[in-house]
Amino acid sequence: MTTEDRRDRSISTLPDGLWTQPTPSVPVDLGDDPVRRQVVPAAMRYNYSPGLASTRFLRGLAEKRFLGERCPETGEVYIPPRGVSPVSGLPTTEQVEVGPKATITSFCVVHIGFGVNAPPTPFVSALFLPDGAAVSLYGTMGEVPHDEVRIGMRVEPVWVDDDQLTESMENIRYWRPIDEPDVPAEQLKGHM
Amino acid sequence: MRDVAIVSVAQSHHRRSAEELNEVEMIQPVIRAALDGVGASISDIDFTCSGSSDYLAGQAFSFVMTLDAVGAWPPIVESHVEMDGAWALYEAWLKIQTGAADTAFVYSYSKASPGDLPRVMSRMLDPYYAGPLWPDSVAYAGLQARAMLDAGVTTERQMAEVAHRNRESARTNPNAQVVGSPSVDELLAAPMLSDPLRVHDCPPISDGGVAVVLAAGDRAREWAERPAWIRGIDHRIDGHQIGARDLTTAPSVALAAQRAGVDGAFDVAEVHAPFSHQEQLVLDGLGVGNGVEVNPSGGALAANPMMAAGLIRLGEVATRIMDGSAGRGVAHATSGHLLQQNLVCVLEGGD
Repeated sequence: MTTEDRRDRSISTLPDGLWTQPTPSVPVDLGDDPVRRQVVPAAMRYNYSPGLASTRFLRGLAEKRFLGERCPETGEVYIPPRGVSPVSGLPTTEQVEVGPKATITSFCVVHIGFGVNAPPTPFVSALFLPDGAAVSLYGTMGEVPHDEVRIGMRVEPVWVDDDQLTESMENIRYWRPIDEPDVPAEQLKGHM
Repeated sequence: MRDVAIVSVAQSHHRRSAEELNEVEMIQPVIRAALDGVGASISDIDFTCSGSSDYLAGQAFSFVMTLDAVGAWPPIVESHVEMDGAWALYEAWLKIQTGAADTAFVYSYSKASPGDLPRVMSRMLDPYYAGPLWPDSVAYAGLQARAMLDAGVTTERQMAEVAHRNRESARTNPNAQVVGSPSVDELLAAPMLSDPLRVHDCPPISDGGVAVVLAAGDRAREWAERPAWIRGIDHRIDGHQIGARDLTTAPSVALAAQRAGVDGAFDVAEVHAPFSHQEQLVLDGLGVGNGVEVNPSGGALAANPMMAAGLIRLGEVATRIMDGSAGRGVAHATSGHLLQQNLVCVLEGGD
């Protein structure tokens, strides 16, 4: 097998040489004109229902509000809510507005961006713990050099223009730092 | 062999579309009801196993999200099968047999409503020869019905009688989706859907789920006044390529029945035959004859939540044993196209 054959195909944007296939351990005889590929177009449409709790959350996003839901047993507020507390297994019925200010609980400096919506590299993806919530939301950072981002940093969401608001996480363009002291890592325990 | 019993059963009220709910919101009350049935919490359960399908949900790792309804924190010992919940129960039963668990919680569910079910079902076929042709599951079932009619195994009238009896039985099943039936003559006057199948020969498309608690020995006696003991359980598989099968018989039903110790002496049989013509094949395979009440729940013709309709059959038999209305019963579950995979379980009251 030539190097060309072993190179990863278009599914990967990683540099050449990564994820190559090993040489087969047994001889493979596919003849002079082997069938190497069968193209089978496949598409299935789903009318996906977000459910009651996610609907409440998405409606809130359209108003630039984060609506979490409280576990009736532990009192923790989960976001985005799915209708059931993952700790107690009980329905969450009380809506609690959290954020929009938040704290970074972890981050990653991305040098090779995947996907069509990735910002120019390098950029920072991060987990943002909205004030009052028990769990973090995923998003990207803006308006700050990537080497200044840190755990405990205080941030706020930057929303799309009001006439662009929909029931979508894409309402948040990115998050940016705010002028507040960092939250000590000690206080983020259990939420990272 | 350890004595293992079903000690609690709960199921949803099945319906065409639980449109307003996501899967975890749909299954949570069922999970809670099954645990409450024995006054247990998830910390009393040694092993949890679920059955569902991402193809039905239209979402990757959908079962991980429904685990929220179990309350899987602190972490629990948990497994999942992309099969009907009857096979999840089999895995749980095995786990208890190994001694690694004394109690188990099994649940399964689906929302078939978001997708186009007959098309989704075609994704179970091989990806090279049949899959690319996207045959729908109703048309596939029609191939089997035609072969059976031609072989004299059943008649269109017998098929209509099966549909009529099941849906009339469903009148006493509060969880059923299709309840009551026009007369057999009226059914036979209806137009064909996929000839030789009429609408009444086909199962409804259902959203719903079921949950079951298993326990061994003394724990089962502690949790239930009349545990439904699993006296035999086995599952067998026929070939995947339907062109290579005789569609007028179901050899894997007969083999599983034999291995599960089916001897015909039953008060009740709940069989998972989604299409009307399939009930006769299953009953023949089980060797269940006259005098046995078949599908008092209405079976899969009355409600057919994918991934759950098989486990529901076990649950229906167990419920009748636990409430004392039956002493011994047999439950059957199927998976795959045209009765390809079959599980048989013998359940019994007493000590």
